[in-house]
Amino acid sequence: MPETRDQRRMGLLLASPAALLMLLLQVLPLLLVLGTAFTDWQLGGDPPAFVGLENFRALLADPDFRASVLVTARYILMVVPGALGLGLGLALLLQGCGRGRMIYQTIFFLPYIATLAAMSIAWQMLLHPSFGMANQVLAALGLGGVNWLRDEATALPVLALIGVWHETGFAMVFFLAALTSVPAELHDAARLDGMGGGWDRFWLVTGPHIASIGLFVLVVLTAHAVMVFDTVALLTQGGPGNATRVLLYVIYQEGFSFFRSNVAATATVFFLAFTLTLGVLQLRLGRTRGAA
Amino acid sequence: MIRLRSAFLRHSLLILAALLMLLPVAWALLVSTRAQDAILGAQLLTLPSWSAIAANYTRATSATPLFGFIGNGALVCTLILFFQVLIMVPCGYALAKLRFPGRDALWGAVLLGLMVPAPVLATPLFVMVATAGLMDTVAALVVPWVVSSLGIFLMRQFFRRVPDELIEAARLDGLGEIDLLVRVLLPLARPTLGAFAIISLVAHWNDLYWPSIVVTSAERATPPFGVMLFQTQEAGTEYGALMAGSLIIAMPLMAAFLLLQRRFVEGLVAMK
Repeated sequence: MPETRDQRRMGLLLASPAALLMLLLQVLPLLLVLGTAFTDWQLGGDPPAFVGLENFRALLADPDFRASVLVTARYILMVVPGALGLGLGLALLLQGCGRGRMIYQTIFFLPYIATLAAMSIAWQMLLHPSFGMANQVLAALGLGGVNWLRDEATALPVLALIGVWHETGFAMVFFLAALTSVPAELHDAARLDGMGGGWDRFWLVTGPHIASIGLFVLVVLTAHAVMVFDTVALLTQGGPGNATRVLLYVIYQEGFSFFRSNVAATATVFFLAFTLTLGVLQLRLGRTRGAA
Repeated sequence: MIRLRSAFLRHSLLILAALLMLLPVAWALLVSTRAQDAILGAQLLTLPSWSAIAANYTRATSATPLFGFIGNGALVCTLILFFQVLIMVPCGYALAKLRFPGRDALWGAVLLGLMVPAPVLATPLFVMVATAGLMDTVAALVVPWVVSSLGIFLMRQFFRRVPDELIEAARLDGLGEIDLLVRVLLPLARPTLGAFAIISLVAHWNDLYWPSIVVTSAERATPPFGVMLFQTQEAGTEYGALMAGSLIIAMPLMAAFLLLQRRFVEGLVAMK
């Protein structure tokens, strides 16, 4: 296109639908949620009045909200190392496994695809206090049953276990890709240099390569874990007590059950700050990975 | 000898892991093939009866409009994907190959959009949908997601790799910009579009959060929200039927995955 005026016109024409819709569906909502966080507005209530940082002060002072931040953090600290470790372990086992690799890989990745809401019901059956498999196994061993999802001590760890089940295959695929891309010459060179043992070679040759991917997967898994919702909504509704009331479930209740729009917006701003940090990290790590 | 033993150990571990991964689905299948009294009596390891299977699966489809949920899911996902592609392809092309005012600002907005997760937008979008009187409509399920930052990002990256010579040659042949896009560039972009389609389908088919906010009736429910409705209604304590229903709902995407699994894995991972 030789004429720049034509190019400008065509560029504007082709980009404007996306630009207008992004303005309406992303920029405006973001401004709306930021604005609402500084008002006393509630859906269906009086016109909003500016209250400054009052919502933030109130939320940070609210023991229930602080508990939910803690619950979310505990969930992340269980799911992320679990899925990261198991994903790496499975990738190492699959690497050079030869026959059957595709079948294993399919099975391990299936939980990530499977509709989590439906699978939550399957987990509920597995964990059912009277006929669930977990308690039947305990009974066979002569131990008493546990009401896994209604016991404050077990509810969150059980949801984390489901999270690990859901995310492990996702982490595994990244590690597999990383392992396959370690150049064979590096291994040969290491062998010639006298590094005999498999473990030595692993730590010195594959290790650094895996570590950079691992960091990226860590960030992505954290971003997934902080958004946990389906299992909570279907299995525990935040209970028992507040044991599984994660951040997104708080936002859900405040915004869409109680219609306290200002509280939901303020909690959303906290949530945004955290996810945005992860997003920046993800983009940076992803980019450097692409350049390497 | 050592090699043989290590292969044995490797496969033992892998098989154990595979069994654990499949355990919930296997247990679900087991429960869905047993009568209610067998389930409650924890008599699950007896032989399944055809009558219990038939009863559970017909009860599941009669207690809730299961196929309606699946139809809604298909409709919503198709509409979302259609509009996403319609909007992201020209925008990605313009960002990659044309100079126009506001291009850098738009690119900045795309990158920002990549980092803002959907639940953050859901809080204000709900207020917008409610104010517009669109609660419990197909539009409420579709419109908020028709512009995908990820889609624009991918298309822009793709078009940047297309050599300028190819585009110049097509222009010299007298092709207009739209023809060039549709007839020359779009066929080249098929792998990228395919990968994006899988990401979009998986994300929107499985999404529970947004539908549970804007859908209030069973007529509009998408599959995951349908599971929630099923669970909370009376039939939700008929475990065999509930499990049968959940399996039916999980089936379409699992089947698609098994058919196209290499593409699924590559698609979902290439995009991160």
